[in-house]
Amino acid sequence: MNIHEYQGKEILRKYGVAVPNGKVAFTVEEAVEAAKELGTQVCVVKAQIHAGGRGKAGGVKVAKNLDEVRTYANEILGKTLVTHQTGPEGKEVKRLLIEEGCDIKKEYYIGLVLDRATSRVVLMASEEGGTEIEEVAEKTPEKIFKEEIDPVVGLSAYQARRIAFNINIPKELVGQAVKFMMSLYTAYIEKDCSIAEINPLVVTGDGKVMALDAKLNFDSNALYRQKDVLEYRDLEEEDAKEIEASKYDLSYISLEGNIGCMVNGAGLAMSTMDIIKHYGGDPANFLDVGGGATAEKVTEAFKIILSDQNVKGIFVNIFGGIMKCDVIATGVVEAAKQVGLKVPLVVRLEGTNVDLGKKILAESDIEIVAAESMADGAQKIVSLVG
Amino acid sequence: MSVFINKDTKVIVQGITGSTALFHTKQMLEYGTKIVGGTSPGKGGSEVEGVPVFNTVQEAVKATGATASVIYVPAPFAADAILEAVDAELDLAICITEHIPVLDMVKVKRYMEGKKTRLVGPNCPGVITPDECKIGIMPGYIHTKGHVGVVSRSGTLTYEAVHQLTEAGIGQTTAVGIGGDPVNGTNFIDVLKAFNEDPETYAVIMIGEIGGTAEEEAAEWVKANMTKPVVGFIGGRTAPPGKRMGHAGAIISGGKGTADEKIRVMNECGIEVADTPSVMGETLIKVLKEKGLYDKCKTH
Repeated sequence: MNIHEYQGKEILRKYGVAVPNGKVAFTVEEAVEAAKELGTQVCVVKAQIHAGGRGKAGGVKVAKNLDEVRTYANEILGKTLVTHQTGPEGKEVKRLLIEEGCDIKKEYYIGLVLDRATSRVVLMASEEGGTEIEEVAEKTPEKIFKEEIDPVVGLSAYQARRIAFNINIPKELVGQAVKFMMSLYTAYIEKDCSIAEINPLVVTGDGKVMALDAKLNFDSNALYRQKDVLEYRDLEEEDAKEIEASKYDLSYISLEGNIGCMVNGAGLAMSTMDIIKHYGGDPANFLDVGGGATAEKVTEAFKIILSDQNVKGIFVNIFGGIMKCDVIATGVVEAAKQVGLKVPLVVRLEGTNVDLGKKILAESDIEIVAAESMADGAQKIVSLVG
Repeated sequence: MSVFINKDTKVIVQGITGSTALFHTKQMLEYGTKIVGGTSPGKGGSEVEGVPVFNTVQEAVKATGATASVIYVPAPFAADAILEAVDAELDLAICITEHIPVLDMVKVKRYMEGKKTRLVGPNCPGVITPDECKIGIMPGYIHTKGHVGVVSRSGTLTYEAVHQLTEAGIGQTTAVGIGGDPVNGTNFIDVLKAFNEDPETYAVIMIGEIGGTAEEEAAEWVKANMTKPVVGFIGGRTAPPGKRMGHAGAIISGGKGTADEKIRVMNECGIEVADTPSVMGETLIKVLKEKGLYDKCKTH
């Protein structure tokens, strides 16, 4: 799960990670009020959306007085930002972070992330702050330093110190940087983060080490024990169809194409998208109905697929293992009736009670094209959609 | 022969009184798996499906001589269940549970260092040696006894592959689902190693998906060590970056973990990769014929 920068900073502040003072604003008036309260000469008006690259897209402005705060807030609020992470449709800005300006001496990168190869959390750092870390990794990998963290002892001070010296934090500020990293690690573990990225970490003219930006992502499997994090969830930043799907425990992801897919199992669902593409079609979504699909779930899945205006046909691909094909077939027929299906429907069933399932489909008064295999089904739906 | 499990493997079911566990316990018993006990704290002394229930794994192992466990415990308690299995010095713990917090698994992996237990999963369909022992949730009837090893990160995609093999008259030694989570117990290389050493296995199908670099590492291992042909498939060729495709581990991030990169490395390491999921079986058969192994693998 993603949260906004200002929310991430709120969490970090609680853990003693140094962040600039700032306030969230939903209106221009609130923005001006926030700037007044901060009372600093310069403040920064930052668009709050769940995507990186805001600066380049014009979503971050430095204001030298309250008038400028008003001007920039006016300009950014309601604006649709298009960055490399938003997709071409962009994201509308509905919240601003008004933050005290600071005198930046140098920018660094600090990040905590899971390393799948070692099954440990790693602390990554670089003195090339402010740019994409992937870019640094590609062009100057020698400038990235890593410390693998033993989950039993946690991040050790010597590791944080070694990182601080390696990325050339000024000697007199190493102590502050170490405290920063240790606190960040504690927040990462206690809040079940999946990513904690501080880019940039800055050293200021008045000798402070601070997080100028903060990107925190959370492990969605751990949200049951992170109620306060869950409260930060901003549904407006998420795809409406994906939210609807999650209510029914369906795993759904919107894509650009016109062939709706309904599959059981994540691997098979991904591969179904692949095979549609292989035969020249374009999937409209990824949808895993899971192992315990009921008629109700199948109906909801159909509704969600069809709520996408681009969908010109549906391909149902089910390998019924534990899930029986007759149950799925009944669900598909019911769902098609309920939603008044108007687009072509291709169904491929395989597995337990497959013959019974096929019979139910054949005997229904719904127009269903039966497929013999995944490849057959994919070819049929692609040609039907045209 | 087979890998990890066979007809003599004695199995306990952790969390046996839950509804999913009960359903699958029945299925496993029907398949012929030697389920010798189960655990459910506070329900020790009772019996379900004719199987004795114990309060702790230690107790269950002592009473039954079980060497393997299968875990259906809900996600918030699943990591603890794995630790309990490891502490009881079982040879094998297979964790079916999905949605375990990843930091729980980081701790589990650390705890398991130097311990004797092999963990398969979490978030996996389990392990099956056809006609001998089924531990997990896969449909038993699609499998046939034979000489091809199957290892996969995905459940239904494994069924798809096994089904294609069985339909084509190619049986399997063992099918191992290693699971779709970013931190898991047994990885591709562990299973490939076991298949390489198993005299009954003549060839292997390896099914991966986007995310991480486990497939690339496995491919390098195959190139350096494997004496048997391996064919592969990678799901998620068309998945957009930054989107989690159902499995917690299936995500392309920071330009890493793409299907194309995995396929490239696998091809370089001598692994033929099926173009589409519907030709996994065909691709294997083609390779078997090239290597003169087809007749040895054909079961009917």
